Formats: sequence, C-alpha cells, structure tokens
Amino acid sequence: MQDEQLEILDFLRRYPPFSELPEETLRRVASSVDVRYFRAGSRIVEFGEPALAWHVVRSGAVEIFRRNGMLYNRLTAGGYFGEFGLLHRKRVRFPAAALEDTLLYLIPEPVFTDLFENNEQFADLVEIEDRTRLRHVVSRRADANQLMSATVEVLINRAPVTLGCEATAVDAARRMTDDGVSSLLIMDAAGSADEPPRMAGILTDRDLRVRLLSQRLGHDTPVSEIMSSGLVWVEHNQLVFEAMLQMLRHNVHHLPVLRNHRPIGVIALSDIIRYESRNSLFVVSSIFRQQGVDELAALTTDVRACFSRMVTEDASSRMIGSAMAVIGRSFKQRLLELAEERLGPPPVPYCFLALGSMARQEQLIVTDQDNALVLDNSFDPARHDDYFRNLAAFVCDGLARCGYSYCSGDVMATNTRWRQPLRKWEACFTEWIERPTPQSLLDSAIFFDLDGVWGKTEWIDGLRSLITRRAKGSSRFLACMARNALLRTPPLGFFKDFVVESDGRHTRAINLKRRGTAPLADLIRVHALAVGSVALNSFERLRDIIDADILPRGRGQDLHDALEFVSMVRIRNQAEDLAAGNTPDNSIEPESLSEFERKSLRDAFMILGNAQKYLKFRYQPGRAG
Amino acid sequence: MLHLGHLQQQTQPAAGETDWPACFRQLADSTRDDRLRRYYARGMVTGDTLLSATPLMALDLETTGLDPVRDGIVSIGLVPMQVDRIFASRARHWLLKPRVALAEESVTIHGITDAQLDNAPDLTEVLDEVLQYMAGHVVVVHCSAIERGFLNGALRPRLGEGIEFPTIDTMELEARFHRKKRPGLITRLLGHKQPSIRLAACRNRYGLPRYRPHHALTDALACAELLQAQIAYRFSPDTPVKVLWS
Repeated sequence: MQDEQLEILDFLRRYPPFSELPEETLRRVASSVDVRYFRAGSRIVEFGEPALAWHVVRSGAVEIFRRNGMLYNRLTAGGYFGEFGLLHRKRVRFPAAALEDTLLYLIPEPVFTDLFENNEQFADLVEIEDRTRLRHVVSRRADANQLMSATVEVLINRAPVTLGCEATAVDAARRMTDDGVSSLLIMDAAGSADEPPRMAGILTDRDLRVRLLSQRLGHDTPVSEIMSSGLVWVEHNQLVFEAMLQMLRHNVHHLPVLRNHRPIGVIALSDIIRYESRNSLFVVSSIFRQQGVDELAALTTDVRACFSRMVTEDASSRMIGSAMAVIGRSFKQRLLELAEERLGPPPVPYCFLALGSMARQEQLIVTDQDNALVLDNSFDPARHDDYFRNLAAFVCDGLARCGYSYCSGDVMATNTRWRQPLRKWEACFTEWIERPTPQSLLDSAIFFDLDGVWGKTEWIDGLRSLITRRAKGSSRFLACMARNALLRTPPLGFFKDFVVESDGRHTRAINLKRRGTAPLADLIRVHALAVGSVALNSFERLRDIIDADILPRGRGQDLHDALEFVSMVRIRNQAEDLAAGNTPDNSIEPESLSEFERKSLRDAFMILGNAQKYLKFRYQPGRAG
Repeated sequence: MLHLGHLQQQTQPAAGETDWPACFRQLADSTRDDRLRRYYARGMVTGDTLLSATPLMALDLETTGLDPVRDGIVSIGLVPMQVDRIFASRARHWLLKPRVALAEESVTIHGITDAQLDNAPDLTEVLDEVLQYMAGHVVVVHCSAIERGFLNGALRPRLGEGIEFPTIDTMELEARFHRKKRPGLITRLLGHKQPSIRLAACRNRYGLPRYRPHHALTDALACAELLQAQIAYRFSPDTPVKVLWS
C-alpha cells in the first residue's frame, strides 16, 4: 500500500501490545492513526468528555490523573491510555495532561474496540483492570513450574499396607517383610459395617527396633503399644515440598497420605529425596551435623547456593520463603543444642521463639534475626537468668555469624524485655490487645507472627490461641493494627529510570520490602487477626481471609498475586546480587527491571494501595487515637 | 524534500495580505485548464478565518534533483490536518514518473529507484486527483519556495501555465522567531552561527521526535506536526490564517 505512514508503522511495531499483533492487523491499525501535538503543561483529555480514541504516546511524557486530581500514572514513549473510558460507557475516566512536549497517536474507538474483541492476546495486554493482568502473570508462572508444584500423589506408587491394631509385633514384621515395606498403617477395628476403619497409627521398622527389641518386649506385643499414634499426615493435594516440611518439623520419616480421611498411601523421606535430589533438605541435614559455630558459619555459602538454585528452578516465593525459614529454624535449633551442651541442661523449661518473617515462613536471604525466649513460670531471675542470658547470647551471636544480622530494633532473646516467663508474655499480649494504642503496637506487630522453635513449643500454641481468641473481637486493637499497617505505602510506579511517588516526586531506587512485601504482610495480618485465623504464612492467612469472605470478591486473590509477584522480584534481585558477587539487599533500581516487570509491579502497587484503602474503610483506624 | 540555503532568502512574509478568495475566483475564470479550474472553483478561505476553522493540507515533494526547472517530481505526499488533529489516516501518496532520468545522488536521498517508477503515471494522469484532494485547503510546507517552484516547473511544460495558492511555510514561521534581525558584523566575525531552521532542527526545538527524512509522506507528516507545535507555542487556534500564510 502506497499511502502507509512508515514512521507510525515502525514505531508501533517496537512496542507491546502492537508488537504482538499479526503484520496485517498491525498495518491496519497503523493506517488508522491520527496525530496530535500537545505543548508541555497543556491538558489532553478531561474527565467525562466523550472517549473517541485510544492514545499512544509517540514522544514526550504524559501524566494521568484520578478524578480527584491525584496522580495515577506517568507515561513515556510507547505508553498508552484511555482504554478504560473506551471500554466503559465511552467517557473519559482518567484525565490526562502533557508533562513534556508530547506527540500522541490517536487510534479511533472502532479500531480499538475491534482489536480488543477479536484479539485475545491484545485484550490481555491492555486489560483495563490491573489486577486481572497480574493474575495472568502469576498463573503463567505457576504453569511453567509444574515440577516444583507437584503434589504428593506423584510419590505414591502403591496402596498403603495396613494391619489391624490387634495384630502383634511378629505379624507386623512378617507383613513388612512379605510386602517389602518399611512402614505399616495400623487401623482401628471397624466400628460398624458402614463406617470404614480409622487410621490409628503408623509402625515403622525403626519402631520395631527402638520400641520393641531394645526394650526387650515380647514378640506378641500388640502393635498398638509400639506404633506412633500422634499421627502426622498430609492431604493428597498438598505439595511435595509441604510434605517435606512436615517431615522436618515433626522429625518423622514416613507420612500417610489421606484423601477424604482415608489413607491412600505412605510416602517416605527417601521418596522425597529421590524426587528432589537437590534442595534445602541437604542444607538442613548438614546444619544438624555441625559441631560448632565456626562450622555452622561456614554453611552460609551452601545456604546461598540453595537459595539461588531454587530461584533458577523457578520455585514460587512461598517455597523459597518456607525453605529459607526451615533453614533458619534449623540453625537456631542446632545452636540451642550446642548451647545446652556447653551450658548444661536448662534450670527451668523454656521455649525459644521465632518472630516475623521466619515465623511466617517468608524468609529470604537478607534477614534480621527476630527472636525471644519464653520461660517457665517458675523462673526466678536471681537464680536462673544468668543461664538464659548466656544461652541467648550464644544463639544470637551464633546466628549473626551465620548471616542473620542482629535485629536493629533489639527484638532478640538477649534483650531482658523479651526474655520473660510465660505468664508475663500472656499479660503482655493481653495488654497489647485489650488496651492498645498505636504507639504501643508500633513495634509489636512482629510479635503477632510467632512460632516455637525449640523447647516447650506447646506453650506457643497456647499463646497463639490466646491471641486468636482475643484479637478477633477487639475492634480497637484491630483499628490500631490497621493504622500501623498503613504507615508504609507503595509508590505509584516507574517513569524513565525513576520511581514515582504518589505526590509526583522521583527517587532512584525502591526498597521492595519496605514498600511492597512488608505492608502487604502487615495488612494481611490485620485481616487474619480479625477473622481468627491461626495461620502464620501470609498465603495461608489469605486463604482463611478469603474463606471468611470479608473482602470484596476477587480481592483476596489479587493480594495473593501481588505478594507473589513483588516477592519474586525481590527474590530474583537478591539472587542476581549473589550471582554478581554483590551484597544482596532489598533495594531495586528501576533500570534493572524489564518493561514487563515494571508494569506488573505497578499493578501490584495498585492492588496494595487499594487494599490499604479498604483496610482503612473496614477497621476505621482514624478512631484508634 | 531538500532545502537549500540560498532559497531561504526568498521567503517574503509581506504577501500575507493577498485577497486569496478573490484571487481564486479570477484564476478560475482565466485558466485554460479544466483541472485547474475545478481546483480554483472550490475556493479559498478568507485571511480573517481563524486557524481553528481553516482546513489545512501538509504537502511534500520528492524530486530528481535541485533545479525546479530542469528536475522533475518523483513523489507527492499529502496529509490533511486541522489545528487539533493531523489526519494521518487520510494521508495520500503518489509515485510519479518524471520526464528526466533519476540522478544517482537523488536516489540515494529518497530511495526511489527507476524500477519502482516503471509503472508510475505521469503527473498529468493523477493531476486532477491531486488537485481535488488539495482543493479548499491551505497548503502547509517547509520551505514553500521549493515546493511551489517544482509544482510550477512541472505544470508549465504540461499545461502551459503554473499554479497559485496560499501556503503556510513552517520554515518561514521559524525564521520569524529565530532570524528576526540580520546578524551584526561582530556576530558574523566571531562566527556565531544562527539557529538552524532545517526541518529536523525545528522539530527538535519543540520536542518532536526524529524521523527518517526524504519520504514525501513522512516529511509532510513531520511538517504538519511542526505546524501544530508552532501554533501551540507561538500562535493560537484563534489566530487569523493571514498572520501565517503568504
């Protein structure tokens, strides 16, 4: 065609979504373009006026505003705007103005509508709702990640071998030998004909050795006396890696797999090891083999390698966060074992706590140690505190040597304030919840993510249920927590090589933890406390929040996607720092982001911003005084 | 289009007061060519017409060389526009077979080769179409002396007469702001250069992007964008067209 505007065609060809169009369509679109120049400072479109064209920035820079005049976005060459108005009532939704001298390409409404309706990929790319676009991004990643997202079912290669609980140890040994298995599921006798037998416990060859032979019990001992009955199991649809974490947590090597309350198989640690030959398991097991702090500190490189490997293997942020948390936890546990070897057995029982990201299982490679000690109520400072002060110092110093820097807010067991008997902790949580002020809660959000690592971990279950019970109904507490969750806000987006703040200011870099994942975790925590969720992990909390149906439809999924995406950019950035031999941090310079990441990050920031507005609306933090 | 330094001196802004509607009526009566008659008969806006109400037509020609008499036209690009919109979607482009052979130097400039022009028509075959597309619009060019010179140079041998119409010359507009005074002796002695008024340099001043030059359609579009920028900065949609045209 002779009348084609080559400059327009060549320009469009360079930018998505046009770059994705078939040649024929692209030419048709290019030949429909009209052009208009806007001097810097002039208005381009006003709210409510008829939306006649879709705008593409050819050169210069454009600012898009909300109806209330707040800055919404800033665009340069290749950016586009006006799709929202074209798709909704054909009226301009977001006013726009030229920030610099700007040349715009105008694509007439019928051409845009035709493209949007007949070209799915195009529609996906310009989809007006930012959240929808992020959904595509996150789910596409999940698809690409089949191996890591495999469920435990892939590990089951036979039906479970079962035995009634009235059987004897000899019956069990014979059965295991005949079937060539190392574990048996022990079933209760069926209660009635239509009620299937319940699983009563599991018996492994180790149990025969440890609980029968070494105890010199008779061969006709009932299996019910030597089996493990405090059953730990996984659901058939849980992830392989979740099963692995279960085993690590409970120190068991066999896990029954259940579907509809019925066992469909048993998986062994060796199955998982075969399946995932390279992962955090090995780091964890080597942590437990080390004999001193120096040796533990030398494992730092292995930890980093494991982190990088998971990133290259396309693991989700949740897998990486959990694996790193388990590793951190193992360091603590091993350090506590070493401390007890050195200091002798504790004078009174205690529990060592993990707080914050480790408790939430969202730990990355750059992380503070946040910990505390819960002591038995019989604790007498004069007689016992020397021991626990030394214990805390040993663990915290050891952690610092292993790459977990000291907590800048001094939330550590070495701080007397965070080394208290259980009843003081109960009083402390009660005080926070019953008589909250935004100030008293300012630094204590971290304590609401708490997990027992070592010792009397059952105390922590008690503390958590106290929190869950009391927080749920305390609107004043929730208002204070909400207010603090609004202190850190996301930026607006990116412009050229800068981060743009909502007031239009520019900065060179963004801390993706402070401006992204941390405020997301904060707001998810408030909702979780409000619905009485006992979960710690933000993704699990979101599941409870969605089930409780307190968010507008779809918003829970949006938050999930936003958290996953921002976390992954953070993680990938740290992995790149490691690869380049730099010290990893949470700071990102826009020039290191692809156009796609910028867009998706902006979508995530929008979701966070909107979710913060909703938090404000729901918990009325203004009344928190 | 090529723009020559020595031709820049020929632009005369004083001609702005011509009564173009009357002039077109006269020409419609006096011309001996039907095609030109139809063109003039479509009339022209008065000089008092506001820019916002003036239909405009950006024009660019590519030629076989630099001499309006000896050289011929190889392509014409037309882009209709108004103050607030350039109708790139309605742009038209004609390749033409000139009566002189393509010079090698010109081929390297506009990239149009003999082979491409083998089946191209002579100007006379498309003249009616071109003139009808231009009719009723004020022509916008960068350096009108050249475009006018070549159109007349092509029409005289074919029709026995030339063509007249008002033009808005973006180069002349730019010269008004940047070359108001003759530079003083000292300035010249010190070698201070005057700002360039070449198309690309002008566009750059208004933040307009760089285009690949020497395609009649691209150059016409580039010129149209420049005029919008000049109006945005120097005039307004309420400026009468006579302030700009000549």
